[in-house]
Amino acid sequence: MIQLYNVTKTYDNGVKALSDVTLRIQKGEFVFLVGPSGAGKSTLTKLLYREELPSRGQIVLDGKSLLRMRPGEVPYLRRKIGMIFQDFRLLPQKTVFENVAFALEVIGASRRDIKKSVPTVLSMVGLAAKASVFPNHLSGGEQQRVSIARALVNNPFLIIADEPTGNLDPETSWDLMNLLVDINLRGTTIIMATHAWDIVDALKKRVIELTGGKLVRDEKVGAYRCEA
Amino acid sequence: MRLSTIKYYFREALQSVIRNSWLSVASVGVVAVSLLILGSSLLLVLNANSIAANLESSVEITVFLKDKINSDQIQALENKIKAQPEVTEVKFVSKAQALEEMKKNFGDKQDILTGLEEKNPLPDALRIKTSVVEQVEPLAHQLESFAQVDQVRYGQGVVEKLLALSKWVRTAGLVTMVLLGVAAVFLIATTIRLSVSARRKEIGIMKMLGATNWFVRFPFLLEGMFLGLTGSLLAVIAVYFGYLSLIGRIEISLPFIQLVSDRNVLVPLVEALLGLGLGIGMAGSMISLRKFLNA
Repeated sequence: MIQLYNVTKTYDNGVKALSDVTLRIQKGEFVFLVGPSGAGKSTLTKLLYREELPSRGQIVLDGKSLLRMRPGEVPYLRRKIGMIFQDFRLLPQKTVFENVAFALEVIGASRRDIKKSVPTVLSMVGLAAKASVFPNHLSGGEQQRVSIARALVNNPFLIIADEPTGNLDPETSWDLMNLLVDINLRGTTIIMATHAWDIVDALKKRVIELTGGKLVRDEKVGAYRCEA
Repeated sequence: MRLSTIKYYFREALQSVIRNSWLSVASVGVVAVSLLILGSSLLLVLNANSIAANLESSVEITVFLKDKINSDQIQALENKIKAQPEVTEVKFVSKAQALEEMKKNFGDKQDILTGLEEKNPLPDALRIKTSVVEQVEPLAHQLESFAQVDQVRYGQGVVEKLLALSKWVRTAGLVTMVLLGVAAVFLIATTIRLSVSARRKEIGIMKMLGATNWFVRFPFLLEGMFLGLTGSLLAVIAVYFGYLSLIGRIEISLPFIQLVSDRNVLVPLVEALLGLGLGIGMAGSMISLRKFLNA
C-alpha cells in the first residue's frame, strides 16, 4: 500500500535527510516513526504527501508512483490523505465548523455534503457542542481534535500525524491517542512521527526508528527504545 | 463549478481588496488614469481624422488670373481646364463677385470695404473641383504653369497638418498609455503579492487539504480583474461625460466642427477600454501568481 524503495533525500543546501530507506506499510497498520530530532522523520512524512520529492529511489502510494505523478494530480492525492501537525494549523478567523468545512470547500463539495459530513466527524471527535466556537477559545487538545476532524472529513485511507501530541499535556495526549486508535480500528492507516516514548511503549504498535537519515529499526511490536 | 464555490471566490477576492484598501485604490487610480489618457487620445485621433476627411472632400482649387486678360482668353482657359478628365466643375468668379462674397463674410463690419468698388484689388478667379482628393495637388501644379494664371491656391498643408497632428497624438497617446499601462500592471502585481503573502498560512492549509492550484489562484486572479475593471470603468465614465459635455459646448460655440458621435464608433471604444482594464488586471495577477504561487 505504501512502499519506499531505496529512498534518498538530499536538500538543495546539501543536507542529507534520508539515505537509502526501504520500507513497506500495509493497509490498516498503525506505525510509529521514532528517532532523535533531525533524524528525517518529518522529511519522510513530507515525501509521503508529496510536499517533497525524493532525490533517489521510488515511492509508491496507493498503487501510484509519486515520482511519476504529474503536478496536477498532487491535490487529488492529498484529498485521500489526512494530515495532523503539532501546531494544529487551524484558521483563527473561522469557527470549528468552518475549519472542518474548509476541507470540503476547497475540493468543491456541495453545501449539502458539508452540512451532512461536518457534524458527523465533529461528534466523532467529541466536539459537536463547540461547532460555532473559534479555535482561540479552545484548549490545545480540543484544537488538535478539530484538526483530526478536518483530516477525517474526506474519508482518507491514510492519516499522517507529525508529532500531534507535541503541544499537549500527558492526559490530553492520551485522549487524542485513544481517538487515533479508534480511527485506526475502522481501517484507516496511521503513520505518526513522535517523541512521546510512553505512548509508543504502551500501545505496542509497529515502530520504525530513523537515525541520521537511516532506517535503523523496524519492529512489528516495538517500544520507543531498542530493547537490546 | 458549484455556486457555493463561485461565492467563495468572490468573497475571498473582495476581502483581499478591502484588506489592502490603499494599494487597491492606487491600482485602480493608475489603471483609470492610463485608460483615461488612452481614451482621450483615441477620441482626439478619431475626430482629427474625421475633420481631415471632411476638409479633403471640400478642398477646391482657386486659380487667380492675371489682371490683363480678356473674357475670350478666360473662356479658352476654362475650356482647357474642363477638358482634364479629373475635373468635375469649373466656376468663374469675377472681381465684382469676389468683392460681394468678401462683404458677406465681413457681415456687419462691411463698411471697411466701401470704396473698393472704384478700384477693386481682387483678381478674377476660377474655382475648380476634382473628383478625387489625391488629384488636387498635381492638378494645382499643372495649373501654375499656364500663362494666364497668376497664382494657384488650394488647401495646401491644412489637411496634411491635421493628419500629422492626428498621427502625433496617436503616437504620444500610445506611448503614454503603454508606460502607464505597464506601471498599472506592476502596481496590481504588487497588490496581489501582498494579498498572497497575507494569506500564506491559509494557502498552505488549502494545499495540504488538496485544493488545486487553480482553486487557490482564482480569488487572486479575480481580485486583479476587479481592480482593473474598476479602473477602466472610472476611465470610461470620465471620458464619456467629458466627451458629452465637449460635444455640447462645441455645438454652441464652434458649430462648423462636427465631432464624432456615431455609436458604432463610440461603443467599440468603450468596450476596448473595459477589455484593456480587465487585461491589465489579469496580467498583473498572473505575474504575481506565477512568481509566488507555483507548485
